[in-house]
Amino acid sequence: MTTILDKPGFNPDRKYKIIGTSPVKHDGFDKVTGRAKFAADAFLPGMLVGKFLRSPHPHAWLRKIDISKALKVAGVKAIVTRDDFPEIKQGTGGGDMTRIAMAREKVLWEGHPVAAVAATSEAAAKAALKLIEVEYEVLPHVIDPVAAMQADAPVLHDYMRTKGVKGPDAERPTNIVERLVLSVGDADSAFKDADVIVEHEYDTKPMHQGYIEPQSCIANASEDGQVELWCCTQAPWVYRDRLTDILKLDSAKIRIQQSELGGGFGGKTTFYAEPVAILLSRKAKAPVKMTLTRVEVLKATGPVSGTHTRIKMGCKKDGTIVAADAELVFQTGPYTGSAFTNAPQAMFTRYDLKNVKTVSYEVVSNRPKVSSFRAPCVPQAVFGVEGVVSELANRIGMDQIDFRLKNAIVEGHKTIYGEVFTKIGFVETLKAAKACDHYNSPLPKGWGRGVACGFWFNRGGETAGTVNLAPDGTLTIILGTADVAGSRMSMSMMAAEEFGIPVDRVRSILADTHSLGYNRVTAGSRTTFSSGMIVVDASRKIIAELCRRAAKIWGVPEDGVVFEDGHCRPASSNVGDFTPLSMKDIASKTTYTMGAIAGHSEMNVTGAGPGFGLHIVDVDVDRQTGLVAIKRYTVVEDAGKAISPQQVEGQYQGGAVQGIGWALNEEYIYGADGRLQNAGFLDYRMPVASDVPMIDTVIVEVPNPKHPFGLRGVGEVPVTPTMAAIGNAIGEAIGIRPRSLPMSPPKVLKLIEEARVKGLGG
Amino acid sequence: MSRKHHITLQVNGDEHEFLCEPQQTLLDVIRDELMLTGTKEGCATGDCGACSVMLDGRLVCSCLVLAVEAEGTSVETIEGMASGDRLHPLQRNFLELNGLQCGICTPGILIAARALLEKNPNPTETEARYWLAGNLCRCTGYDKVIRSVLAAAAEMRGA
Amino acid sequence: MLLQAAREKGNLAKIRRATVGGDTGQGGSMTGLRYESPPTLDAAVALLNNAKGLARVLAGGTDVIVQMETDLIEPELLVDIKKIPGLRTIVAENGGFRIGATVSGMEMVEHAALCATWPGVIDGVKLIGSIQVKGRATIAGNLCNGSPAADSVPPLAAAGAVARVIGPQGTREIAVAKIPAGPGKTHLGKGEIVESIFLPARAKHSGDAYERFTPRTEMDIAVVGVAVNLTLDTSGVVISARVVLGAVAPTILEPADCAKAIVGTRLEEAALEQLAAAASAACRPIDDKRGTREFRVTVAGVLARRVAQKAYDRARHIA
Repeated sequence: MTTILDKPGFNPDRKYKIIGTSPVKHDGFDKVTGRAKFAADAFLPGMLVGKFLRSPHPHAWLRKIDISKALKVAGVKAIVTRDDFPEIKQGTGGGDMTRIAMAREKVLWEGHPVAAVAATSEAAAKAALKLIEVEYEVLPHVIDPVAAMQADAPVLHDYMRTKGVKGPDAERPTNIVERLVLSVGDADSAFKDADVIVEHEYDTKPMHQGYIEPQSCIANASEDGQVELWCCTQAPWVYRDRLTDILKLDSAKIRIQQSELGGGFGGKTTFYAEPVAILLSRKAKAPVKMTLTRVEVLKATGPVSGTHTRIKMGCKKDGTIVAADAELVFQTGPYTGSAFTNAPQAMFTRYDLKNVKTVSYEVVSNRPKVSSFRAPCVPQAVFGVEGVVSELANRIGMDQIDFRLKNAIVEGHKTIYGEVFTKIGFVETLKAAKACDHYNSPLPKGWGRGVACGFWFNRGGETAGTVNLAPDGTLTIILGTADVAGSRMSMSMMAAEEFGIPVDRVRSILADTHSLGYNRVTAGSRTTFSSGMIVVDASRKIIAELCRRAAKIWGVPEDGVVFEDGHCRPASSNVGDFTPLSMKDIASKTTYTMGAIAGHSEMNVTGAGPGFGLHIVDVDVDRQTGLVAIKRYTVVEDAGKAISPQQVEGQYQGGAVQGIGWALNEEYIYGADGRLQNAGFLDYRMPVASDVPMIDTVIVEVPNPKHPFGLRGVGEVPVTPTMAAIGNAIGEAIGIRPRSLPMSPPKVLKLIEEARVKGLGG
Repeated sequence: MSRKHHITLQVNGDEHEFLCEPQQTLLDVIRDELMLTGTKEGCATGDCGACSVMLDGRLVCSCLVLAVEAEGTSVETIEGMASGDRLHPLQRNFLELNGLQCGICTPGILIAARALLEKNPNPTETEARYWLAGNLCRCTGYDKVIRSVLAAAAEMRGA
Repeated sequence: MLLQAAREKGNLAKIRRATVGGDTGQGGSMTGLRYESPPTLDAAVALLNNAKGLARVLAGGTDVIVQMETDLIEPELLVDIKKIPGLRTIVAENGGFRIGATVSGMEMVEHAALCATWPGVIDGVKLIGSIQVKGRATIAGNLCNGSPAADSVPPLAAAGAVARVIGPQGTREIAVAKIPAGPGKTHLGKGEIVESIFLPARAKHSGDAYERFTPRTEMDIAVVGVAVNLTLDTSGVVISARVVLGAVAPTILEPADCAKAIVGTRLEEAALEQLAAAASAACRPIDDKRGTREFRVTVAGVLARRVAQKAYDRARHIA
């Protein structure tokens, strides 16, 4: 059967009425008046407060938990510990998840939950937490990923053996989860053809997604085993399926409603308090609300992987890159799941390399488990790759963008992971960057300018949605993906465009998990693409049905009716002289036709168009303190087709500024005791408004032919090249390119001293 | 032994009263007792500005004020910003210029921005950025936030 | 869904954080915190003096409330001094200004005459947190919190500011510079309250300035802070100077060598060089999450030069 995936109906000559405009988001009004309901904004009658007791140790055997005294505190209604969770074997997906929710044999990071209390007040809950007696047997810990790989490192899991390794090393308990080799051609031999070879090591630190809304949820478990869960999440269906797995529930008995999402960026793709709140609610027989504090968010929810990488690339004098070689180490926290395999797949993908060798490692250590963040694991690798690429261009005296153009991939390129690209817009992006005002403006004396490129696959995946037509001719869209920044509006716009009606006659809502089939996590820049595909498909089904109804009303054959601009019309004068029927005309008569009209679609959506971007940044470096000021910033990126240009710009700008934070100041600082020292917004230094300039944007539009309107995802790419671009700019300014994140003043000042000694730079 | 305190105050022009314990913050009470949940908690330590309100005409973090200190005061929250069905020019410009994405920081930023424009109707970009430095936003990169504030300022000046 | 429907006002058992009433077993509060807002300073002193557990003065609250929220302290008593008449004023006195203990940072920043007279003190006040934080925070609180990185303390010390302290033994005047005793500690005794801080009259041809180094432009804690207050003769030669360093030792430092380096000069390059060297040499910093020892030592010298120049330019009405 032919589907929209085979015949998206993309028409390059189509003139759009709504797509490409930027109407006010329908959900915006509630957000500027304070009416929008985020996770912590809901209340239920009889609701209790849940609080966690967390481990002060980064690594310890959990010998004994005594809750007897705590249970006697007045107002305490339930206490949950490891004993309340079903046993699931260690080293399995479910086993890991249940142990992240509540420590079982061991605590594995500072902040690992060991118990939770539900009480009538926060004060009562806190009083009870103090009375829970926990006996730890403290173990040596390890946080740095390279240290964790060493033979004498403390081992987190006795059962762990490295996947992808043979021989005696494969038999030993280890912290190395996996060794992955991904190669093409013969890099070792190809380096012989290089005129210039550059090789460096790089390291990056964990950064937190930094959403302003701490995780919050309300669980309401009833006596018959049903559970209602309200929470902020990017993945209601994923939560449901994982919760049913670790709590041994039927999916039919748990219903999850997502709240407004106060930022996620990947960090709300996995649950923390939710299973605990459900167990507390079940025990207490009352709804339980659990809201994390900011300290808890920073200490116990997923920052990204810290990394250590070695990158080697070689090129000829004419600029052709002949080979690349990389070794990558990714820190994943106590359990696997860093998505590190993205890195070797994406890190060089934009250059036409015939010979590449990559060896990647995922390593466990005593910090919270990695959670996704925009383009998971890719920006860390690109920080090194684009540094090497820039140095190669400098060494052969070629313009930075020309060098990248020389090696740029085009349609038909077969990637290292096997995908053959359809139409892509990397060359167009590079050319737009070369033509933009920023790149052609003179650089003030003393400043440095850097450029870097990034790539993200963009994703599709399982998606379901429904479009309903009301008797008055308006449309309601039921979505299963989360709205992280305005996707409800983009869906309404796509439906309005398809029907040819004003967007104000369409509203989109976010469904609970009982209302639609499985929807994959909202991540990987898949939502506007995938849910958009569903909405267009469902809309087309409605249009076909409208035509059938009109034919019935007119008494003509179905193929005698066409639909345009919100009306059914006779296909030609031969069909008859009928007044066009509006959507309202037909929808208000469904009682006399065949009942309500709705369109539904569910698919494993394919055809996501890859995204490419280039960032240009000017920095001024205080030569005496190492302080870096971002003076000018431009994001150039291919959006395929910008549904709402303002929202696309917002993605570019937000991604870039998150990258600026990661580049300059954001990091997890651990003491020798393995405890996080900067667990607050004062010392976990995210950019504030006065730290950054306006972020200029250039939206390149090379349509994705696999989508009805040509769109590509745009959310991940904007953070992939940021740190590399800033690193390159600092390098231009001071003479030595930093290779360690964050590029904070003490580190930059040291490089300035080094450059002075070596007689380099300005 | 502590006792509960009976507090009377004005919120958005309406008189309210509540009982509180001394460690409860004004933010706790605004959200959990008065049910005005437009004021958000992002950190509870005064570092993110999501809980910004006006207290007797002064911009403050409501997480850094104890509820007992609010006796007899006048508090303005985001719920009081629009007059009837007419949005404040700041609210409208944030909508029209996409000055918000997820929206969690938006109420705090709007309250802080209004306080800025009351003192300085014609702020430069730099002045707006420094005034709003106490309001973290992780989605927008601040570009459209600042543009929205400057556009609203221009509109309010009749420029 | 239910959760949304249930939010209707009046149909709710509201979540009550820390409001438990008779539900707590031992009766009363779970935390045992007491809040008092006495009408007079004497009453405030008596309350503090008679407290059995930890007692704290509540002025702006921007440190105390954060410390309570993050479980760093669990006071038994908070004495709110904001209801005491007369503490919330900036009064001209003997050519200088007396700043009451409950005057907020924003009230100082908005006081034109104070800003014109002591711009370096205002430099420091402006750096205390956000506009929101300064809407509550006080310089007396900034001083009594005892942080070596407090931004208003170095410029107050350099200005020769004097705190009026009321305690069980009566009133005493003590230089602001003498109050810090180490991280989180002061030389105030039990029951003592800073009632006001007096900034003296400014000498002719004098100027002050404060700068700090932070990785972010705002919302940060000083990695290094430097305040300079200096007076010139009519020919532009520095005749007296005070140089105070913050965040480079357990308390603020006022190294004599720093002042010596610039007195008798017009801040020529050699003098600035010597000042920087003296500032760096005086530092006794620690490595911590906010900066390394080495970095602090270097930057203290860099800032000392810059701040001295700024104060000098102010004294000459250049800036």
